Amino acid sequence: MNAADILSTLPELVLTVTALGLLLLEVMGKPPRARFVWVALGGVGLALGLEFAVPSEGQFYAGMISVDLFTRFFNVLFLTTAAGSLLISVPYLRRTLEERGEYYALTLFATVGMMFMAKAHDLTITFLGLELLSVSLYILVAFYRNRVRSNEAGLKYLLLGAFSTGFFLFGIALIYGSTGTTHYDGIRLAIGSGEQLSMALTVTGFGLLIIGFAFKVALVPFHMYAPDVYEGAPTPITAFVSTGPKVAGFAAFLKVIATAFAFTTQHWWGILWILAAITMTVGNITALRQDNLKRMLAFSGVAHAGYLAIAIMVGSADSAFALLFYLAAYAITTLGAFGIVSLIEGEDESGLDMDSYRGLARRSPYLAGVFALIMLSLAGFPPTAGFLGKFFIFSAAIDEGYTWLVIIAVVNSLISVYYYLRPVVAMYMQEPADESAVAVPAFIVPVLLLVVLVALGLGLFPMSLVKNSIAAAGSLF
Amino acid sequence: MTASLFYLFAVGLLGASLFVVLNPNPMYSVVALVFGFANLAAIYFLLEAYFIGALQVLVYAGAIMVLFLFVVMLLNVQSDADHPSLPRVFRIGSWWFGALALVFIGLFLLLVGRSALALLAPSEVPPTQIGSVSQVGEALFTRYLLPFELASLLLTVALIGTVFLAKKKI
Amino acid sequence: MVVPLHHIIAISGLLFTIGVVGVLFRRSAIIVFMSVEIMLNAVNLAFVAFSRYHGSVDGQVFVFFIMTLAAAEVAVGLAIIIALYRNLRTADLSEIHELKH
Repeated sequence: MNAADILSTLPELVLTVTALGLLLLEVMGKPPRARFVWVALGGVGLALGLEFAVPSEGQFYAGMISVDLFTRFFNVLFLTTAAGSLLISVPYLRRTLEERGEYYALTLFATVGMMFMAKAHDLTITFLGLELLSVSLYILVAFYRNRVRSNEAGLKYLLLGAFSTGFFLFGIALIYGSTGTTHYDGIRLAIGSGEQLSMALTVTGFGLLIIGFAFKVALVPFHMYAPDVYEGAPTPITAFVSTGPKVAGFAAFLKVIATAFAFTTQHWWGILWILAAITMTVGNITALRQDNLKRMLAFSGVAHAGYLAIAIMVGSADSAFALLFYLAAYAITTLGAFGIVSLIEGEDESGLDMDSYRGLARRSPYLAGVFALIMLSLAGFPPTAGFLGKFFIFSAAIDEGYTWLVIIAVVNSLISVYYYLRPVVAMYMQEPADESAVAVPAFIVPVLLLVVLVALGLGLFPMSLVKNSIAAAGSLF
Repeated sequence: MTASLFYLFAVGLLGASLFVVLNPNPMYSVVALVFGFANLAAIYFLLEAYFIGALQVLVYAGAIMVLFLFVVMLLNVQSDADHPSLPRVFRIGSWWFGALALVFIGLFLLLVGRSALALLAPSEVPPTQIGSVSQVGEALFTRYLLPFELASLLLTVALIGTVFLAKKKI
Repeated sequence: MVVPLHHIIAISGLLFTIGVVGVLFRRSAIIVFMSVEIMLNAVNLAFVAFSRYHGSVDGQVFVFFIMTLAAAEVAVGLAIIIALYRNLRTADLSEIHELKH
């Protein structure tokens, strides 16, 4: 280990130290809890700054991680997501009197896990990053210790997460058995030179790896935990759970496929094709029937995982860029959606049904406007970022000849319009139950501004993100 | 001699695991699993993975299973003997879930069986000297330094979570 | 040692399957948890066997990390079970129906 190694993980180190500092502050005699969020945000901001101030390039820690434009793209996305989720948590935590150092520290630890998943260049790091993320999230989901629903969601998430980890690890074991290494480059060389022990072993291992990832990003039929976990978790955590693991899971998935397998795993493309198709369909059809906003967004997240799986499967430079663009748009808008849901939510987890949104446009026109924008972006209306993301993925898929899959995806997008427009109709066309404006805490405002900037700004002027995602995706090929 | 010992321990391991899964009483399951893990440790020793074998006894059969036993005793978990184990599942997530699970397990066995068969050619396991504490330790603190640090972070998180969740009043 | 590699991998696969059956077909949270442990141990066995076959220590180091994970997961999981038990007085997954639909 040398100085270059340390510098390459400086942002992660800063986050870790901040999290440990928060834990120390928490055990002080009279913890200054109202300031915790500023400490946490300061750590995130510093990490974000260091990402640009101290750029690294290459492999570090004896080849365990690789740092390039791809990892920087995702680190920025992870840190933004973490900051947004910290901001929307504050009013909720204060309202429920649960503002504690552990909450912020665990959010930061989970972010470190995500960052290592993107940086990993060895399956050891992929695995440990994934578990650091997962274990932090299990605790966060169960964070409201006295709410039975929160405990149950945490237990369910943990048991199914551990179950999926078993598959993930068995996959790694078989790949290691066949190639004799867990290093991405080593795996690629072994497969390329034909020095692997047996093709069957590698292929089976890769299939099990797919199951592990499919659980984490909630592809049907491995999604059964998602709605229950999303509904039972405290709403700001739902925001984090529905964005973080999905983005990090797809980032790691893409990197493994591109770097370790060099897209040579066509044996599973049929399976991925079917997974993508049923994920979109089941996600959208089930979302149609949901009246609870959290559950609806959970199933919509499942459907989006289906669209993203198309991009993984297509496996061209175009589709990799489309995946990155889509993930950025999806993560930020979903974060904003859950932020607004947590504002409308009343005491004891009431106010989550469609009726609570009736006449919101008259009560709080700006809030309703942002929420409508989010719904339109998720549904994929032009000129939003969500539309462009879908457009990029679909056109990349058509270029590679996956016409039928794109047809299924377009039909699905049309179906999804119905449920995304339901809250919009409720907000704009129905009478409110009471006329009082919804209080918008100052902490939420930056998140909402960011959402508008991403959903509408990137929809109209997408070139900056397009350039960055192309450059980031380019470093994989 | 070692080969027959290996199969003996393997039978013990598989039998104990089956018992864990089929037995209704959690208490017996814990004890059976300790027995199974002891068999696995013996297999590790036969495979000359001495460090891992020792860890298996200390961490798994020791610490983790004692934790299980502790929780079973603490919660006084009732046996679910009054419901037969297997068919009940079909009610958890309805019959199609059970059917899907069985198909899935069948496919899985098929795949792993095929992979195992594929290993027929390089059949014999060559003797090596890699399982000693010094060799694993050296790898752990040189090449695997970063994963090692990440693992410590993972344990920190688990520690925080456990204290936070299990304590009655903070 | 004269045991062929594919026998060890077959045993590991069988052990893994037993664990999967336990997770899918049992309801007691604690037994489901133990079944997950069985799955992880099957993975460990495969790693050790391959590590020996390849003559590289990497597989055994990976087992070390899996054991770390198992300890972390068990600690957190049992803590959640205790919290749940405190609120609900049960550790039976069938009693957990608040989230079922």
